[in-house]
Amino acid sequence: MTTLRNIKCGQTVKVVKLHGEGALKRRIMDMGITRGCEVYIRKVAPLGDPIQINVRGYELSLRKSAAEMIEVEKL
Amino acid sequence: MSIKIALTGNPNSGKTTMFNDLTGSNQYVGNWPGVTVEKKEGRLKGQKDVIITDLPGIYSLSPYTPEEIVSRNYLINEKPDAIINIVDGTNIERNLYLTTQLTEMSIPVVIALNMIDIVRKKGDNIDIEKLSQKFGCEVVETSALKGVGSEEAVSKAIALAEQKANTLPPHKFSKSVEDSLSKIASCIESIISPDLLRWYSIKLFERDQMVSEELSLDNDTKAKIESIIAECEKQLDDDSESIITNERYKYIVDAIKDCYVKKNTSRDTVSDKIDKIVTNRWLAFPVFAAVIFLVYFISVTTVGTWATDWVNDVLFGEIIPPAVEGFLESVNCADWLTSLIIDGIIGGVGAVLGFLPQMMVLFLCLSLLEDCGYMSRIAFIMDRVFRKFGLSGKSFIPIIIGTGCGVPGIMASRTIESEEDRKLTIMTTTFIPCSAKLPIISLIAGAFFPGSIWVAPSVYFIGIAAIICSGIILKKTKALSSSPAPFVMELPAYHVPRAKNVALHIWDKTKSFIKKAGTIIFLASGLVWFLSNFNWQLRMVDAPNSILANLGSIVAPVFVPLGWGTWEAAVATLTGLVAKENVVGTLGVLYGLQEVAEDGVEIWGSLQASFTALSAYSLLLFNLLCAPCFAAIGAIRREMKSAKWTLIAVGYQTVLAYAVSLCVYQFGMFFTGNGFNVFTAIAIIVLIGFIYLLVRRPYNKDGKNCSAKEVGNAALGGAKL
Repeated sequence: MTTLRNIKCGQTVKVVKLHGEGALKRRIMDMGITRGCEVYIRKVAPLGDPIQINVRGYELSLRKSAAEMIEVEKL
Repeated sequence: MSIKIALTGNPNSGKTTMFNDLTGSNQYVGNWPGVTVEKKEGRLKGQKDVIITDLPGIYSLSPYTPEEIVSRNYLINEKPDAIINIVDGTNIERNLYLTTQLTEMSIPVVIALNMIDIVRKKGDNIDIEKLSQKFGCEVVETSALKGVGSEEAVSKAIALAEQKANTLPPHKFSKSVEDSLSKIASCIESIISPDLLRWYSIKLFERDQMVSEELSLDNDTKAKIESIIAECEKQLDDDSESIITNERYKYIVDAIKDCYVKKNTSRDTVSDKIDKIVTNRWLAFPVFAAVIFLVYFISVTTVGTWATDWVNDVLFGEIIPPAVEGFLESVNCADWLTSLIIDGIIGGVGAVLGFLPQMMVLFLCLSLLEDCGYMSRIAFIMDRVFRKFGLSGKSFIPIIIGTGCGVPGIMASRTIESEEDRKLTIMTTTFIPCSAKLPIISLIAGAFFPGSIWVAPSVYFIGIAAIICSGIILKKTKALSSSPAPFVMELPAYHVPRAKNVALHIWDKTKSFIKKAGTIIFLASGLVWFLSNFNWQLRMVDAPNSILANLGSIVAPVFVPLGWGTWEAAVATLTGLVAKENVVGTLGVLYGLQEVAEDGVEIWGSLQASFTALSAYSLLLFNLLCAPCFAAIGAIRREMKSAKWTLIAVGYQTVLAYAVSLCVYQFGMFFTGNGFNVFTAIAIIVLIGFIYLLVRRPYNKDGKNCSAKEVGNAALGGAKL
């Protein structure tokens, strides 16, 4: 399974499915990361975590532990 | 009949700016998510029967964060007559997600399409007619910042409120979801009013815990609803919460395809270009260090200090006291009253107000950083570091601000979502030396460590170590343990700080500071003056015979193990509770000099006679780490909203300060060849206890201990608490 965590910076991927449950999953979805949407991985923070992505036209940062819940496919 | 209008919208969409614009109030606005935590009310300018409520910025109406719960409870229970939904035009897709939820609540909604000036500047075009049709509510173009359109939005909202015209969402979910929703609706239609039926049905479909508890359905109905949901989930191969969220976003994407024309589709905006440098892998920390250095260079080293020195030495040194003294003499005022006014009140309040210019410069710098959007970048680059100690990147902001003054530092902790993390941050923020502690450092460093360059940095280092260790220790306690808070944070676009906003911010902070100086510090100064000038028979005496000296010598034995059990040191520490700079002032008074310079050069001699270098350093450490000044304790009380937690915080800080000073002094004595005694043994026990608290297993909410790895895994699986 490819997750957002494994994607290199500068790539654009499509969300396949969200794993996990509860508040964190809902929060990720509320922020617009839903099945089928495109996510551009902009950068990794200087210390390697969190990551910064562009989704639905804005910039969002989330930890790699959360990125691991997001299953994606390369475009 | 008054009309209630609620302002809702995403964090950072310009809600508070519009609120200020409409009500003429001066709420502070920041460029980082989460500035409004509680709701605020104000009356519409020029129309006093219209009440505007500013709800906290939210992304959704999920039941998970305090802001969202506050907002949805308000909308359901208070039922405002209309909602103005502020939608950031530059970020329309995600902003409209909340709109799809608001329109289901049977309250008329007006969309204020905000920041329209920026949208136009980018060359984009939004067809508001079509947008209005797609979302079933009126749309007004606004730019809250420039004061454009807010009034039109509010008058539309008033008109709708008067017509009682409910907004009907034109948006429908897919057929199988709609089928399930109407089945759920038929189960609960007997207990829910028809206008909220759809909202409750959707919430039950999402398995919203809060709603199902609120309705207290019987088990049969619950089971029936559960089977309806399960069937739909099976059909669509996803969980119900995801189904709803996905369909909302799908609807938005389709809807804005027709009405939103983007001119420039490139992903790299100006903000991204700035971020290429500011959060760059190699440059982020140098840039961060340079920014912090610059802030302190301006506010502590140069401009701020010049201004503060002028206020301290000239205004409260040469201008006000002689003038007041002259006046008091001319009216033949009694000596004791002159002393109270000059030494007690002007001395005490002046010592605090003296810091005002420095603080204003510091607040100017910090509010520029906040307003331009850099603070959330700090959280972004520091998160990794702070997560290791049980805190999040957002905890760093209060600490930076706390180097200026603990009070705004503590207040800045509001943006941290998790209750436990917020408490933890409040408890640790004041460990970082604030600007009022600088005089103590210069006094001790000057008198005992002349020419030393390590004393001042060591104090900051110990402050940071105290924060880190406290983070680790407290995170493992029952009350403060929590699964790591999700760090899902928007990085708002940079913008040029707005003069009005920055000025408001500085004014807001300055006002509360002056208020504090005028009340609590005013009273405390008078009290200290009284206690140090009178004996128990209420006769005026010299300080060594005063009530204060008496009380000091009762307390002093407590500090013997720390190496400074004299009543002067004890009293100085106690008066430090009023304001930390009092420690130097009190020592000055007690060692027989009325007026001492900031570094207390006049009393170095008498200090050297009473302290060793080691006991002086122990005194310094205790004063830096122990309970902060009353003003900061007041801030802790306000933010904790609990007397119990305030006591816990202050108690923890004092106990930690005592333990650290004890260990430093006793081990210092031992290693400088002063033999082993009972206190050395106690220090060893304290140290072992401290290490135990650092390395022990964290408390687990399920009632059993688990290893750090399991906690990590639980976090990965999502915070299901």
